Amino acid sequence: MDAIVFPPVLIGPLLPTLVVLAAAALVLVLDVVPWAIPREVAAMVALAGMIGALLATLARWSAPGRAFRDMVVLDNFALFFNVVICYAGALIVLLSMDYLRRTGSESSEYWALVLFATAGMMLLAAAGDLVVVFLALELMSLSLYVLAGLFKRELASGEAAMKYFLLGAFASSFLLYGIALIYGATGTTNLDRIAAAIASRPRDPLFGIGLGLLMVGFGFKISSVPFHMWVPDVYQGAPTSVTALIATGSKAGAFAALIRVLTVTLRGVPPDWAALLWVIAAVTMTVGNVVALAQSNLKRMLAYSSIAHVGYMLVGLVAGGVGGAGSVLFYLLTYTFTTAGAFGVITLCERARGEAVEVSDYAGLARRHPVLAAALGLFLLSLVGIPPLAGFVGKFYVFGAAVRAGYFWLAVIGVLNSAAAAYYYLRVVVFMYMREPEGAATTYASSFAGSLALAIALLAIVLLGVMPAPFVDLAQAAVAPLLR
Amino acid sequence: MSTSLWLIPLFPLVGALLNMLFGRAIGRHAHWVAVSALAGSFVASCVLFARVATGEVINSTLFSWVGAGDFETSVAAYVDPLTGVMLLVVTGVGALIHLYSVGYMHDDPGYPRYFAYLNLFVFSMTMLVLAGNFLLLYVFWEAVGLCSYLLIGFWYTRPAASQAGKKAFIVNRVGDFGFGLGIMWLWSAVGTLDYDAAFAAVVGLEPSTATGIALLLFMGACGKSAQLPLHIWLPDAMEGPTPVSALIHAATMVTAGVYMVARSHVIFEQSPVALTVVAWIGVATALFAATIGLAQTDIKRVLAYSTVSQLGYMFAAVGVGAYAAGIFHLVTHAFFKALLFLGAGSVIHGLGGQQDLRKMGGLSSRMVATTITTTVGGLGLAGMPGLAGFFSKDEILAAAYGSGHTGMWALLLLGAFLTSFYTARMLFLAFYSGPRMTREAAHHVHESPGVMIFPLWILALLTVITGVAFGIPSEHGTRFARFLAPVFPIHEAGHSGVVALMLLVSAVAVFVAGVVVAWSMYMAAPVRADAIGRPRTAIHALLLNAYYVDALYDRAIVRPLLALSRFLAGVFDLRLIDGLVNALGRAVVASAAGLRRLQTGYTVNYALTMLAGAVAIVIFLLSR
Repeated sequence: MDAIVFPPVLIGPLLPTLVVLAAAALVLVLDVVPWAIPREVAAMVALAGMIGALLATLARWSAPGRAFRDMVVLDNFALFFNVVICYAGALIVLLSMDYLRRTGSESSEYWALVLFATAGMMLLAAAGDLVVVFLALELMSLSLYVLAGLFKRELASGEAAMKYFLLGAFASSFLLYGIALIYGATGTTNLDRIAAAIASRPRDPLFGIGLGLLMVGFGFKISSVPFHMWVPDVYQGAPTSVTALIATGSKAGAFAALIRVLTVTLRGVPPDWAALLWVIAAVTMTVGNVVALAQSNLKRMLAYSSIAHVGYMLVGLVAGGVGGAGSVLFYLLTYTFTTAGAFGVITLCERARGEAVEVSDYAGLARRHPVLAAALGLFLLSLVGIPPLAGFVGKFYVFGAAVRAGYFWLAVIGVLNSAAAAYYYLRVVVFMYMREPEGAATTYASSFAGSLALAIALLAIVLLGVMPAPFVDLAQAAVAPLLR
Repeated sequence: MSTSLWLIPLFPLVGALLNMLFGRAIGRHAHWVAVSALAGSFVASCVLFARVATGEVINSTLFSWVGAGDFETSVAAYVDPLTGVMLLVVTGVGALIHLYSVGYMHDDPGYPRYFAYLNLFVFSMTMLVLAGNFLLLYVFWEAVGLCSYLLIGFWYTRPAASQAGKKAFIVNRVGDFGFGLGIMWLWSAVGTLDYDAAFAAVVGLEPSTATGIALLLFMGACGKSAQLPLHIWLPDAMEGPTPVSALIHAATMVTAGVYMVARSHVIFEQSPVALTVVAWIGVATALFAATIGLAQTDIKRVLAYSTVSQLGYMFAAVGVGAYAAGIFHLVTHAFFKALLFLGAGSVIHGLGGQQDLRKMGGLSSRMVATTITTTVGGLGLAGMPGLAGFFSKDEILAAAYGSGHTGMWALLLLGAFLTSFYTARMLFLAFYSGPRMTREAAHHVHESPGVMIFPLWILALLTVITGVAFGIPSEHGTRFARFLAPVFPIHEAGHSGVVALMLLVSAVAVFVAGVVVAWSMYMAAPVRADAIGRPRTAIHALLLNAYYVDALYDRAIVRPLLALSRFLAGVFDLRLIDGLVNALGRAVVASAAGLRRLQTGYTVNYALTMLAGAVAIVIFLLSR
């Protein structure tokens, strides 16, 4: 009788994710041990988990590995995203420390959930199988649903969590149905084998529907129009540190899966699905920017701005190839630091009645807290795309890739959009530098950890703007294996 | 050795950083940092100029900036005689204006901040000129826009100033939108953005591609150099401190567009269409702005529209292929326009902030140095024979005539007449007519301190000698054109005696005519203050309101866009509307259980939208 052959268990490719999960477990254990432990310890463990995962990622650089029958693929693509996600996670941990204490919401579940969500994002980037995509997506999403409702006493927070959950579940069902249809069409859920199965009959309608439903699921997570409706409500209602995580890490993870699924499964297929992305990209950036013009709440404005940035990134995806997909990766890197920084400034601004969330709350900030105002100003200018900050270089590569690939008009729409976007970002700068506050002024909630996070993010957007070349090379090297 | 050229931008950058970071400690001594930074930069520019004067081209790469695969762009400088000329103008005029600011901004609470911004601007401008590729050019193109935003809005407590700063920034962004696209198109067409390689590669480009690239680049120039239809920001930019107007909005920043078109003349020459557009936009702007200048009553607005108009002359020159003539006018204009602005600043300073020509007059006896120098500047602008402006403008007119654009020549000549008129009008009203200010104000009139007057004398001297020294036409073009011959092949053909004489006579005639008409209207008989600037005819009202272009843009673009945004917000962002309604509702039922407002109704709407999107995607993928 033949012995049952177990597949070899290689935990190497899972190492970065396991580090984060171990940190999460440790946080939970620390919560139930009988002796008293200082509250800061849990946050430190979370931070150590993020840094450890970053180190584990760097240690495995250029040593691609596969595990569990190709279900997990830790190639440079996944590693690049791990870096983005770990940085986002670490920044959010730093930003959260004093923010949670100030808002009275400190609890060890918070750190565990942030770590679980991060693990989900990292796994999403390394998923080589649609089942893992779904599992990772749910691990990430379920943690984020709970985090969004963290402010139990605040109605908006609960509402945000509820909406996020209901609509997220709705989107997940599309995704799952899409996976089922693709399995039906190809007999497998492994990305490589799907590609092989579909290469001979690229117009299989079952596969087409499946892929379309998959795009709905991803469209929700990356918040592209018309699956973006939840974004402003959730970004506004959720605690700002959680908003930062949703806006950066979860978007990066979902983009990773989207890029991998599309480029791997459609490798041998004529690129006519690009027309679909073309339309989504154009509509997404236009709706995001135009509606942002009308916002007076800074978090809501940044929510629409993040939608617009997703549109820009989709432009790179439309362009395709090493240049196009590589530009998306680089853009995500710049976007992560910039957006985390912008939300980070909000967590450090305090008003008598709570958070400073209205644009008008920032009136006169430059006079009283010049460094904080300058930081927010630089993050916003990077979002506008003013050189030499990171946002400019990111836009240059994305639109440049589109022009080179022959999508001139899409680039025109993109550049036109980013020109119009200057208006609403600049309005915040005008308030900070050129208006006097009405009533009580916004004050700086002193926080060493938060300031450190802002300093890191600032350094990153300047560095990525001034010397982007090595990072762009990394991004392009990361996508190259997918296209082979 | 060639790395030492980086000292030119480095000095002002360090100056800006010092004043920005240690402004509080430096305080009233901020000018020592800023002025010496500019002086150092000017000396370094002179050294560099001496090297490139022989026609040598210097390339210097600092480090590789963005690169991917076959494409690479560095932070690199490209210095040829054109760069040398531009650097001298930027740092030289810049240094004089820095010096002048010491007196003008003396009492301002934001003294260190002012000098920090001013240094930052000169840094950006020198980098713009030094840039050796289009991407770096674009970076500092944006940077000067940002600096001008900071400087125009310097007195941000004045709503008009912060509004004007924002307007300048946004109008410039419109131009930059085209500029950015042009650069990307160029990149996709030739695969490089380095000047040398790109100019070599564009020769033989398809005409339609070349036209598209050239026109998009020109769109950027229109924004930066305030040409029709993007001219609206420049007159408003006069809300900034007057030395800023002199530096940014007369002498340097606005010339960036002309410089860029001249620098990329190889691209423009691939497309006759683009060159024609450039020339005609220039001519149209020259005339358009000159007519507006006729009616303005604010001394700085007269000068602002005159700047727009003179920039039109420069574009007309480069449009007909007379690049050296365009750049020469750029240089002389930098001298006399900086002089005029600084002179106007001295007047405003002496009158305690008064900018209204109607409330001036009779200053010639009270502010002798200001009167003499400003008059020299005015005569330079009006084109008095012998002064710099006469030669440079004459070169442009001759080039238009010589290249067969007789109609263009006639219009530019008409513009010259208008220029002569409005300049003489301004000088008469400010200095030579009887005083129209209140007795109280007249009592306080005083001449400005030496630190402000000294730059005026230098600029006046430059206005007098530059033309004679470099601008006398000969069989082989002017001395200036011969100097730039390594960059621009000399096109300007010598004219036969009769034609040259005709051009000369007509240029002198329009100058004299303009002055005489202004004399007869404003000097022959004393004018009452309330008679000036009150529209008596529809045309006068039209000119006074600058053809209502601002109102037109407001109605046709700004308001519809805002309405669209609100409409889309209504469609896509139910919560925004909902918030408004709820705010009303809350006011009514203040204490009621209205807090239970979970928006489940909207959640269903959101889900329905998603469903519709899903259906659309599936239909699309099935109908391929």
